[in-house]
Amino acid sequence: MSFVAEFNALPLESLVKRSLATPASAVRESMGKSHLSLSDFTQLISPAATELLEPLCRASQTLTRQRFGKVIRLFAPLYLSNECINNCKYCGFSRDNAILRVTLSIEEVLREARALKEQGFRNILLVAGEHPKFVSNGYMADCVRALHEEIPSISLEVGPMETEEYRPIVQAGADGLVVYQETYDRAIYADMHTAGPKRNFDWRVETPERAYAAGFRRLGIGALYGLADWRMEAIAVAAHADYLLRTCWKSQLTISLPRLRPCAGEFQPLTHLSDRELVQLVCAFRLFLPDVGLVLSTREPAKLRDGLIPLGVTMISAGSHTEPGGYTGAGKEKIHHTERGRIVELTSGASEWAPLENRATNATGQFDIADERSPEQMAELIRRRGYEPVWKDWDAALTA
Amino acid sequence: MQLVNHPLNIAGREFSSRLILGTGKFSSPEAMRNALAASGTQMVTVALRRADLSGKQDPFANILEFIDPKKYLLLPNTSGAMNAEEAVRLARLAVAAGLPKWVKLEIHPDPRYLLPDPIETLKAAEILVKEGFTVLPYINADPVLAKRLQEVGTATVMPLGSPIGSNRGLQTRDQIRIIIEQATVPVIVDAGIGAPSHAAEALEMGADAVLVNTAIAIASDPNRMAIAFKSAVEAGRSAYEIGLGAQQDMASPTSPLTAFLS
Repeated sequence: MSFVAEFNALPLESLVKRSLATPASAVRESMGKSHLSLSDFTQLISPAATELLEPLCRASQTLTRQRFGKVIRLFAPLYLSNECINNCKYCGFSRDNAILRVTLSIEEVLREARALKEQGFRNILLVAGEHPKFVSNGYMADCVRALHEEIPSISLEVGPMETEEYRPIVQAGADGLVVYQETYDRAIYADMHTAGPKRNFDWRVETPERAYAAGFRRLGIGALYGLADWRMEAIAVAAHADYLLRTCWKSQLTISLPRLRPCAGEFQPLTHLSDRELVQLVCAFRLFLPDVGLVLSTREPAKLRDGLIPLGVTMISAGSHTEPGGYTGAGKEKIHHTERGRIVELTSGASEWAPLENRATNATGQFDIADERSPEQMAELIRRRGYEPVWKDWDAALTA
Repeated sequence: MQLVNHPLNIAGREFSSRLILGTGKFSSPEAMRNALAASGTQMVTVALRRADLSGKQDPFANILEFIDPKKYLLLPNTSGAMNAEEAVRLARLAVAAGLPKWVKLEIHPDPRYLLPDPIETLKAAEILVKEGFTVLPYINADPVLAKRLQEVGTATVMPLGSPIGSNRGLQTRDQIRIIIEQATVPVIVDAGIGAPSHAAEALEMGADAVLVNTAIAIASDPNRMAIAFKSAVEAGRSAYEIGLGAQQDMASPTSPLTAFLS
């Protein structure tokens, strides 16, 4: 049995309704418990709880410090490829977007990784669009193998694979797998994903379980806020996490809370999750899932990130680029368009070659980042807030 | 007058302090260094996964540079290992990197409660003892497992009081009592010690030492908390050495009923 059966049985609509009708007294009661149920979680994300944000933040801060200490872990995404066979209305990499594409060679990936290592990163997330021709599991395993000696912790955020396809990647030294469901609303999911293998909702939902079976020991899940009602998404994520903690009991689980950002294609968010509600959501996840890592990326603006550091977040990225080659310009001479799976070279005088300001490559990024501070600046800020920035929290010997 | 307790002896090495400190969760390496000094500890455990084992003095993984090996015995721990093979590999790597051949053996596959895996721990202990390591295994408070580990040749046993970082004190009190009663090596209560009173209780019961981390690391004033633990450990040990009076349910009258017999 997979999470699909539990998910199908989850009365999401009525849970959201109950959340909306929660009285303040029930919020206080849920906050005071030492072990929270999913029903308590729905109360903590209620409008009534938004009014109790201060005590909610205090409880979340205390619990996070106790479980994780006064430390914030740092990681960086490394984009390998922006080729994709899916069409997702909200994503800049969609196959029908006429963007500048590239897939880095192993040597180019290594160059990017070394630049990140120079900045301090010892924990790297390899990200790629879904395209079996450009980003095969063999390519992924080769990337991981090349980096494993130098980067202690390597995670993946790439198109879902079969358990057997994951195994060689784990053997090559990868320890984490991140896969966002994007939205847990089946109707909106079907509407957003108009073409490609990503259309299969259940296959995607079951990905963390396949990854665990293949030996990944860190699993990351999340919803992309801005597609469906945020409370519905949050309840589904919480239930998914709860399921994974029971079934994939050896895995270290993280939840990310990405909100939609501007990207190629100019998709506008369908729903809104306010800053205040995002903070509330971080705290609610913390109280319901005290040991689950909470991840915040550079999608969020500096002020909000700074505020969230001492409230429940445990891991952040910094100085990120979402375009392949973004850190060093690796592969910049190979950028091209891709039409129906075929590479279309740019002509030598094409306007696409004109250098962009503050960019190492003209390859198109997945989305615009909001917090452009350098890793060093972020580390300094973390210290000023009374936390230790932790770069290395894993050793390659553990995944050798 | 000052308390003078018997020293603790582990694998032939003497320690006047019976408080061992962990190094995780501090707000900065400087805060950690100061708390270590304030606690009077002589043994400090470090998670190998946070340290640089390449010998290249990585400035982004420099926790070891804040622990003076002349002042403290550095006790590398294998936290992060999910099985015996990984723990053994880490321990060997630590020695190759020039760290002491002592290891706090921690194998907890469950990242939520960090409860130790008894089977893998016993397996790893067997291998490491044979390879000449001084092995201090972190275990659940299981008296039979404690005996099995002693037979294998571990230098101590380190039963948990309650899950790591939980601050819940000696929830496993009755089992720890049995472990102490049957022990042929020092017993160190390792996890869950959230207050100086918990530490004192462990020492009063006859535990040979305690290991504390979270309660000191996340305190608003880690230095003062370190001193509070130091005092509690010394007080608990003294009380144990002197011998506490037996507890009774009834008051014991100062004019005994049987006085007429004398």
